[in-house]
Amino acid sequence: MSQIHVTATINGDETEFLCDPTETLLDVLRDHLDLTGSKEGCGSGDCGACSIILDGRLVCSCLVLAAEAEGRSVETIEGMAEGDKLHPLQEKFIEHAALQCGICTPGILVAAKNLLERNPNPSEEEVRYWLAGNLCRCTGYDKIIRAVMDTAAEMRGAA
Amino acid sequence: MPADGGIGAATPRREDVRFLTGAGNYTDDINMRGQAYVAFLRSDVAHGKLKKVDTGAAAAMPGVIRIFTGEDFEGVGGIPCGWQVTDRHGEPMQEPPQPVLAQGKVRHIGDRIAAVVAESLEQARNAAEAIVVEIEDLPAVVDMKKALEPDATKVHDDLKNNLCYDWVFGSDDAAIEGAFSKAAHVTTLELVNQRLVANPMEPRVAIGDYASHSDESTLYTTSQNPHMIRLLMGAFVLGIPEHKLRVVAPDVGGGFGTKIFHYAEEAFCTFAAKALHRPVKWTSSRSEAFISDAQGRDHVTKIELALDAENNFIGLRTDTLANMGAYLMTVAPAVPTYLHGTLMAGCYRTPAVQVNVRAVFTNTVPVDAYRGAGRPEATYQLERLIDKAARELGADPIALRRQNFVTEFPYTTPVAVQYDTGNYHGTMDVLEKIADIAGFEKRRKDSEARGKLRGFGINCYIEACGLAPSHLVGQLGGRAGFYESATVRVNATGGLVVMTGSHSHGQGHETSFPQVVADMLGIDPSMIELVHGDTSKIPMGMGTYGSRSLSVGGSAIYRATEKIIAKAKKIAAHLMEASEADVELKDGQFSVAGTDKSVAWGDVTLAAYVPHNYPLEDIEPGLEETAFYDPSNFTYPAGAYACEVEVDPDTGKVEIMSFAAADDFGNIINPMIVDGQVHGGIGQGIGQALLENCVYDETGQLLSASFMDYAMPRADDVPFYAVDHSSQTPCTHNPLGVKGCGEAGAIGSPPAVVNAVVDALQSGGHKVDHIDMPVSPARVWAAMNNA
Repeated sequence: MSQIHVTATINGDETEFLCDPTETLLDVLRDHLDLTGSKEGCGSGDCGACSIILDGRLVCSCLVLAAEAEGRSVETIEGMAEGDKLHPLQEKFIEHAALQCGICTPGILVAAKNLLERNPNPSEEEVRYWLAGNLCRCTGYDKIIRAVMDTAAEMRGAA
Repeated sequence: MPADGGIGAATPRREDVRFLTGAGNYTDDINMRGQAYVAFLRSDVAHGKLKKVDTGAAAAMPGVIRIFTGEDFEGVGGIPCGWQVTDRHGEPMQEPPQPVLAQGKVRHIGDRIAAVVAESLEQARNAAEAIVVEIEDLPAVVDMKKALEPDATKVHDDLKNNLCYDWVFGSDDAAIEGAFSKAAHVTTLELVNQRLVANPMEPRVAIGDYASHSDESTLYTTSQNPHMIRLLMGAFVLGIPEHKLRVVAPDVGGGFGTKIFHYAEEAFCTFAAKALHRPVKWTSSRSEAFISDAQGRDHVTKIELALDAENNFIGLRTDTLANMGAYLMTVAPAVPTYLHGTLMAGCYRTPAVQVNVRAVFTNTVPVDAYRGAGRPEATYQLERLIDKAARELGADPIALRRQNFVTEFPYTTPVAVQYDTGNYHGTMDVLEKIADIAGFEKRRKDSEARGKLRGFGINCYIEACGLAPSHLVGQLGGRAGFYESATVRVNATGGLVVMTGSHSHGQGHETSFPQVVADMLGIDPSMIELVHGDTSKIPMGMGTYGSRSLSVGGSAIYRATEKIIAKAKKIAAHLMEASEADVELKDGQFSVAGTDKSVAWGDVTLAAYVPHNYPLEDIEPGLEETAFYDPSNFTYPAGAYACEVEVDPDTGKVEIMSFAAADDFGNIINPMIVDGQVHGGIGQGIGQALLENCVYDETGQLLSASFMDYAMPRADDVPFYAVDHSSQTPCTHNPLGVKGCGEAGAIGSPPAVVNAVVDALQSGGHKVDHIDMPVSPARVWAAMNNA
């Protein structure tokens, strides 16, 4: 099976990779590019642990073929902090202890960031609905919702 | 006010930065040079005779390195069970073997028939599909009652029948009969505690590695207790001496019990790596997890409560069928017995309590501990029953509970445990405030005005944590010790490494355990690093489950740190030319009482490793101590929970309007972490109460084998929770006075939710006594319209 050559922008860097036609973008991120922050929790788009931003849109990278990334922009959890400077969401997640085992956390952060870019002032209900695609088995969601709303408030104040 | 970063401080979790940046190191993130990939061929029928497993064509497919079948594991040990229950006649339970790969029969959907090792995962999966298997179907035993009928098909041909054990515990027959014969009122309830799938968001992974030059095997695995895996797998399955076997459980993405057990996939990868001289990696898909992770709960119970004319509880008896599935997993026999029957007295001083449990083999995925393990089942039965009794008697459900609370401690129950301390009125007082119980009737009217039925549900739980006194566990059939270990290594420059046998997979040990040491030494917690999860680095430890990490593991750290302080004081006394008895340690500074003499922590640690001016005739150089802590009793966290729901009478949909939890965990090390543990438990408990259900059809097919079919609680299914742990009665027998908080939420929440739903329906005039979980819209609607 011949491999496909793909050029994509990943976390701002132009990146080239070879992939099998059957490989998912999640496979390539994790196994070829060593970006293991995105996780496979189900492989069927039901848990959100593999959430990434593709051309500004929140998607499950387990449902995207790697070849589809050609010419597109991919944002993963690894691109969220700027060097040692954490994104406000990451800061607030620490402040609220809004994570436990951490396996779903990258997906939740990516999804929450995408929400706040679209809606800087979400209601509790809007945050809950937006994050309903991201399963977390540890936290009961309480602190996650609070951290996202607190981040939104702080970012509105700073803007 | 707690010291900075010491005991009681809401210190931010130090492990979080790596998780938040995607830098966690979970097992599936590990890739070994030259690794091969495993795909298991699993049974798609629940029960059958293996007539043929033809691997010929599959073995010739591209990339296939080798295919293993049951024949390769003849002579290799089976997966062991760690607990033997003795039945009511004094006989040992029936204990069938569990081969690594099926031998002769398959006994559940997902049973392992063969394993393909190939150069890529896709090649392994393709070859597994190409293996030709002939299975002669046998009738599947799925329903527990049918499994016990005399002519039932046997899950294991070599056993007498499908009964694992018939166990009776607590008060004798005469005491129970006496209580029920003089009862003024008897309340009876039959209920199902449905089967659940733990579903940690990280599926299981195992990587076997083998170094031929040293004959050393290494297993990287998603485990809550790496030493236990090393012992079980090394000694009982593969025959690898422990000094030639290393087990590493790095960052682990949630466990909830299902990562306690030793699984065949771990043994397979370790075995295959040695056979092939290559690293061998298996990553469970979610579909595979649904049919291969041990599942939880699955009890069917009849419970009866006898009350006298003044509404005092005078007798309680239960009759439970507990599903073991097809094989016995590591602690499965203990879950419906010693983790369930011993808690049946609840928070109440019922003088006669008798528990009967029959454990049953069926052609379903094995069942073992899931968050709470036996205690949620006990609490659910008892607290649903008390609610029903209150309704039948026209009593207030809170008043009826308060009237029967245990109030004097220590209290020895009729089911063999001794509660060392507690204050059940205290937690109820807190609950009445945080749940604003006084304001409920107004909220009910508001709901009614919107066309909704509002219900209020209460629950009081008690649990036993801190597993466990080893001598007691040994008497009860446990085949392991349940101490915990810690080594505290002080470096020359004053920093510390604490090595614990506990394992953190979300509990925040890397933050809270150093808080204990920092508090004792009066130093900054950033000087302390916690190491866990690698048998080559930590002392022999028993791991994390049953809310034991802080009460047992933390106590081991406490004891080791005490030894450090004792030795450091000797060194400090020498340096200050003072008597050891006069040396005090405060804020990281040693001083002599009543003088201005002092030496800093760092002076003492340096002296320990550069012993130029040192009492070598009295003590050895170095500053490193190990402690093994074996508790003298369980700990008994308890609390009172309240739930308010709204039921839509047109659809049966239940919405949780509020949830309040008042817990007594004894002393608290990090309140922020404790809040999170309770939140998570409540989330899972609401999941059980409203959503989750693991369903097999009559042929043993699993109908709920994906997240589309098995409803996990999502962010929009739950409310914010009001939690409070200010009512504290410190544990009397461990040095930290702590009790454990990991399971409380999952234990305390399901009865509160179901009690609230029944209350809502009753308020609408529906004569509904009980609805089995999950209380789905369909079930609620049916109950409203058939009742």
